[in-house]
Amino acid sequence: MLSELRTMWEVLKHTFTKAETVQYPEEMPYLAPRYRGRIVLTRDPDGEERCVACNLCAAVCPVDCIALQKDTREDGTWYPEFFRINFSRCIMCGMCEEACPTYAIQLTPDFEMCEYDRQNMVYEKEHLLIDGVGKYPDYNFYRVSGMKTATKDKGEALNEARPIDTKSLLP
Amino acid sequence: MPMIYVDGQEIEVVQGENILEACLNAGLDLPYFCWHPAMGSIGSCRQCALVQYQNEDDTRGRIIMGCMTPVSEGARFSLKAENAAEFREAVVESLMLNHPHDCPVCAEGGECHLQDMTVMVGHRDRRYTGKKNTYRNQYLGPLIHHEMNRCIACYRCERYYRDYAGGKDLGAQASHDHLYFGRHEEGVLESEFSGNLVEVCPTGVFTDKPFLKQYSRKWDLQSAPSICQGCAVGCNIAPGERYGKVKRVHNRYNQDVNGYFICDRGRFGSGYLNSDLRLDYAGIKNPDGSFFAVHQQQALDTAAGWMAGKKIAAIGSPRASLEANYLLRELVGAKNFVAGFSDQEAELMGSITTILQTTKAINPSIKQMESADAVLILGEDVTNTAPRVALALRQSVRNKAFELAEQMGLPAWQDAAVRNLAQDQRSPMTIVSALDTRLDDVASTCVSLAPDDIAAFGYAVAAALAGELTDNPSADATAQMLKTAKNPLIVSGSSMAHQGVIDSAAAVADALDKATSMLSFCVPECNSLGLALMVADGLGGSLSDLVKRAPKLDALIILENDVYLRGDKSQIDQLLASGTKVITLDIHENSTLDQSDLVMAAASYAESQGTLVSSEGRAQRFYPVHSPAAERLPSWQWLLRLANVMGHKKLSKLEHFDHIVAACAKSNLLFAGLVDVAPLNSFRDRGSKIPRQTHRYSGRTAMNSGVSVHEPQQPKDHESPLSYSMEGLNRDQPSSLMPFVWSPGWNSNQSLQKFQSEVDGPLKGGPSGVRLISSSLQGADLSQQIDKVTLTAHQWHLVPMQQIHGSDELSAHTEEIAELAGRGFIAIGQKVAEKLSVSEGDGLLVTQGEVECSLEVRILSRVAKNCIGYSVGYPEAQGLTAGSLVSLKADATWQRSGAEMIASDKASFEQVISDGGASNV
Repeated sequence: MLSELRTMWEVLKHTFTKAETVQYPEEMPYLAPRYRGRIVLTRDPDGEERCVACNLCAAVCPVDCIALQKDTREDGTWYPEFFRINFSRCIMCGMCEEACPTYAIQLTPDFEMCEYDRQNMVYEKEHLLIDGVGKYPDYNFYRVSGMKTATKDKGEALNEARPIDTKSLLP
Repeated sequence: MPMIYVDGQEIEVVQGENILEACLNAGLDLPYFCWHPAMGSIGSCRQCALVQYQNEDDTRGRIIMGCMTPVSEGARFSLKAENAAEFREAVVESLMLNHPHDCPVCAEGGECHLQDMTVMVGHRDRRYTGKKNTYRNQYLGPLIHHEMNRCIACYRCERYYRDYAGGKDLGAQASHDHLYFGRHEEGVLESEFSGNLVEVCPTGVFTDKPFLKQYSRKWDLQSAPSICQGCAVGCNIAPGERYGKVKRVHNRYNQDVNGYFICDRGRFGSGYLNSDLRLDYAGIKNPDGSFFAVHQQQALDTAAGWMAGKKIAAIGSPRASLEANYLLRELVGAKNFVAGFSDQEAELMGSITTILQTTKAINPSIKQMESADAVLILGEDVTNTAPRVALALRQSVRNKAFELAEQMGLPAWQDAAVRNLAQDQRSPMTIVSALDTRLDDVASTCVSLAPDDIAAFGYAVAAALAGELTDNPSADATAQMLKTAKNPLIVSGSSMAHQGVIDSAAAVADALDKATSMLSFCVPECNSLGLALMVADGLGGSLSDLVKRAPKLDALIILENDVYLRGDKSQIDQLLASGTKVITLDIHENSTLDQSDLVMAAASYAESQGTLVSSEGRAQRFYPVHSPAAERLPSWQWLLRLANVMGHKKLSKLEHFDHIVAACAKSNLLFAGLVDVAPLNSFRDRGSKIPRQTHRYSGRTAMNSGVSVHEPQQPKDHESPLSYSMEGLNRDQPSSLMPFVWSPGWNSNQSLQKFQSEVDGPLKGGPSGVRLISSSLQGADLSQQIDKVTLTAHQWHLVPMQQIHGSDELSAHTEEIAELAGRGFIAIGQKVAEKLSVSEGDGLLVTQGEVECSLEVRILSRVAKNCIGYSVGYPEAQGLTAGSLVSLKADATWQRSGAEMIASDKASFEQVISDGGASNV
């Protein structure tokens, strides 16, 4: 008896507390930038695709929902010919973002991804690629990498000396 | 066997091996870079450091290099000792000083020995703040990609390329930390074995260029144990597939056959599998000559309608599996089955199979050939006809060096010391050929003779061996060489298309009459020997017999064979256009297919399974790497289903591949061993099938979701003990079922040592393949008849020159191989060139009867009198026959190829120019 009264008291007491529920979708909750929602592919500060198709995101993905194929640009740099994420399988764990050596793949706070047709949950590169740098404004992998690109010769990357002249006798 | 102690653990070791090998044998992980089981130790990378203690009381010890220290009874070592571990880490740290930041865009990533070793020694943080050295890359041809920044200067590439494979155009340049490995100038690598650099290089300096174009990580490739179809050697390979394309071919270790290395045709020659010429659907010919696609069942019903109860015949194929050939032979009856060799080839193959079963010599495996201490090659350019054998012969001439080393008490793995000791001393090798061969540089004697004279030379050697007097001093010397050798080897083959050459090789072997002597024949295609054994009863007759019978036939069924390559065009036209219904099974478009009435799309070797018999008589099984695309079916399935539709009494009872193997084994006494070639379909390793995929195969829920988000079930393999799955264990299974090598901590192909029972030893899963033929040792029955050809003035003897790139029907359809093959050529000596006033690159009109070909001139350094060579198998040289007499004339209308450089060479060169200055190397 006493317990039932106590329960009613406890429940009624909440009549006077402030409601935690927000009127979604009219009212949007605050989500931190590090929130793990919809995955995007970003661009480097020069506006080029950041993804180099190294396949590490696909390898680390616990549900194997990332598939891509590497292709090569004329200057020898790598990029994904196709890049596909099956969001109907994705668990938003963020491992792909952690594995990415070029900051290309990033998770965003957008979680609103409902679809009536499951096929629409399959995102191709054109759906994933954004026109921005995302959370990391400065990084450009090819400026650091030793690979020669269209805009950077051998020896011009970060911390690199000029190419060695193997015919020289000097030390 | 001596006992040593490593970290207090007692280890039994093999006398004479080094401590690095001992550690790896004991399953201990000792990092290394420059050591390679096939190339021994040079102690250059300083990675395999251990501490050695003088005795039980010694607590300080001293650091030694594992690969350079022989084991001795009671020796004490420590792998875990702190100073050794620190030393190893410091070595990796210094190697990483200049290593570029490009693993994500490196094709070695994920199977990189440097990555593995870095993780193994625990190096993580970079302390050096100075600048990294950089290097210019070189264009090395269409097969190998060069990225010199990644080099760690272990010298493996140079030691492999120059010392092991005999290449001359790749080496070390400059010194100290400016060391550079490349060519003296940009250009295509000359060696036929350059592809192995990809596997030999512990990091990403040399990578597979065609693979790079369609790159996938090692863990994403679905692989299966397979057998190379490029030639008759039967090298074991592991092709890797993803997204329905065979992306690359890697070596699969088989101690007796290819060991660690394969040739470039084997590694890069599978690009045709993805070509546009491949057939996807069965088709029936319209009256206008085009084909319309039909379903498998419709094709089968149509074929059965044409064949059942009618007069039928069939043509088999030396490039199809034994099982498919067997089914076809049973289906039409042995009397109606023609092997599918050209008449000449059939004769040569017939005599080779007979000789191999009667000769007084061993038919050696490649491993055994490496032990030869005297070699006689009769009429064969082995590097182009059986490339992997040539690599073994290059090793055989080093037996002199090993003999000297043994006298000095020097272990064979002390590579630099052994080479230093021997200098240019080699075991003797005599090459008797009409033209240059690619082994001339290691031969002690080269004799240039016309094909007939090669045979005569062989018989002279045989006579000299039998104690007769000959008037041929070089034959006497060769006889003496063979007589005094412990393991003499005679190599010949069918590439000369000359019966006498083959017979004379057998005569030498018989005259030698030694228990350890070896006789090996190079034969043309991957299953030539198997097919020759199958038709040894001679019931079906020859191809020209079939042409004669053709008008009386109702239907003719052709298995994976472009018969236009097997006979005169007029003869084949007659065969195919005789009103007979022609049914063809093949994997890609060709001239025969165009003339057929019904075409069935056959699966390639990467999509089907079967058994091939190599030139040493070893039956080996290949397995599908992926399930057949579109409406392709393996030939054996087409034929089995056709037999079912036709209600064939015997074949209708067969259901699975294993049943065919069993029936085939029963059909011929020689094939009895077929049932032991590989485990049955029911084989399970610890309860499951062997997985074709790695345990980290990625993207399974996204690969096909572009088509449909509803994931299809993984294809089922009902015919083999392998599965299209990542479930199961890839460890210690029978060797014929090893799809790839991987071991925890060892992601690169160096993980192979975890699969070997001992370093450089056989695989833990036992030997792979079964030898089908052995010799009765009674001696071959030879005719000794050589019909000498008489030449009139201005006539030349046409000698076929097999080319590793270009002469093989299938691999020639690969883009990179076609680029290397170049134009069809005619090879002449300097004197002839002067007489005709042509030089290298000019055109010559070659007239053989009514056939006239315009071919590019190549100048050879060594040519027998009145002989000229031609690029056999090239489309430009079609119609020319080996051994025929031709006349030559300079071609006035000939257009020289634009530049000395080939297309992609030029593109790369132009890029360098436009980048502002040529490479500085």
